[in-house]
Amino acid sequence: MEVSFIMKEILRLCFVMTVIAAISAGVLAFVDQQTEEPIKNAMKDEEMSAVESVLPPFDNEADKDTLTLKDEADEYKFYRGRKEGGIVGVAFTVIAPNGYSGEIKVMVGVDTQGVVQGVQILDHRETPGLGAKIETADFRDQYKGKSLADPEAWDVIKDGGTFKHITGATISSRAVTHSIARALEFFAANREMILGSEEEKSSESAGSEENLR
Amino acid sequence: MSVWKEFNKGFWSENPIFRLVLGLCPTLAVTTTAENGIGMGLASTFVLVCSNTVIASIRKFIPKKIRIPAFIVTIATFVTIVDLVMNGYFHALHKSLGLFIPLIVVNCIILGRAEAFASKNPVAISIVDGLGMGIGFTLSLVLLGAIRELLGNGTIFGAVLFGDSYLPLLLMILPPGAFIVLGMILGLMNQAEIKLAERTGRTPLIRKEHDCASCAIHRSWWGLGKGQETAEQ
Repeated sequence: MEVSFIMKEILRLCFVMTVIAAISAGVLAFVDQQTEEPIKNAMKDEEMSAVESVLPPFDNEADKDTLTLKDEADEYKFYRGRKEGGIVGVAFTVIAPNGYSGEIKVMVGVDTQGVVQGVQILDHRETPGLGAKIETADFRDQYKGKSLADPEAWDVIKDGGTFKHITGATISSRAVTHSIARALEFFAANREMILGSEEEKSSESAGSEENLR
Repeated sequence: MSVWKEFNKGFWSENPIFRLVLGLCPTLAVTTTAENGIGMGLASTFVLVCSNTVIASIRKFIPKKIRIPAFIVTIATFVTIVDLVMNGYFHALHKSLGLFIPLIVVNCIILGRAEAFASKNPVAISIVDGLGMGIGFTLSLVLLGAIRELLGNGTIFGAVLFGDSYLPLLLMILPPGAFIVLGMILGLMNQAEIKLAERTGRTPLIRKEHDCASCAIHRSWWGLGKGQETAEQ
């Protein structure tokens, strides 16, 4: 008698909890379905506005004209901006692993010669008011027009380079500077493939297809 | 129990941050700017009102033994909804608050109101309670955020207030600043409460000595009225 009462009670509790959880799951499935599209769009808009901000004006759909390359550590996705068919610039993202608090995602735009056209910070966890100032145009714009031509320069002033760092946030500034230098090196090493495969794309699309995502 | 009293208790007498001292994790973490305070406050208010509504309306069906998991599932559902909707429609805000949105689930204020109020009261008054508490929480976050942003960055809501010559007190937007500002406000509010009570001749919400009975959580938990409390003394 006693045991069956306890069993009943347990079953009742399980039943109520299951009903509550099932309703929650149903509601969440619905909301997830409804927001899937807007979230995708918002992320794409974010990506595109970043690409636009680091490249000179272009007239193609750069988000569809991409190429993905890998090195030992990372994967790089190149967005090619074109005007009247010719490439005016390439935007891609590098991750600086050594920020003050975790990774900093930096988008770099370069022209075909590897000269920086613009820099944008996509994501970071730096201290607000300190390291977070890497987001300011004042800091980002100092990289404009710079290239690997002067390799000595790719450091912050404190380390003997030419780039000013944010007061109190040398680590963040250094991480960004080094990541851009790394980005430029990767671009220079793979320049032919990044620019070239695209030029050949119309004639022998099969050859470069494997690199396209 | 007047509606107005249930609404405005969140502002002063049972203010979730400065009086109940609940939900400090999001409070300390996001209040680096006034704007973050508003975003976090409104998101929490939404969850609080929704969870209070649902819990008050199903309070008679929830067996006492499993009320806590039932509350948590309800709260987690609304938090996930906020997370998804904010990500889709307010992407920029989601980016700056993203990390803290899931933490609303474990915000003690929300479970606290579910347990102490919504599970014992009808729907309408529970909504009022949620709204009042939520707005009280939001205002407190904005106050904290504004002070920290002003001292630590020289701006308020992103607008430069002190100009370039102001050397920001960076400590204020770093984690220790949150504790310092919170402590200062707590102290000032207690002082103001004692003065206010002296002037109007009522029993202060806090006593000069510290014990469990003088804590607002204790009062709200056991539903002690002011009369009973005076009798205790």
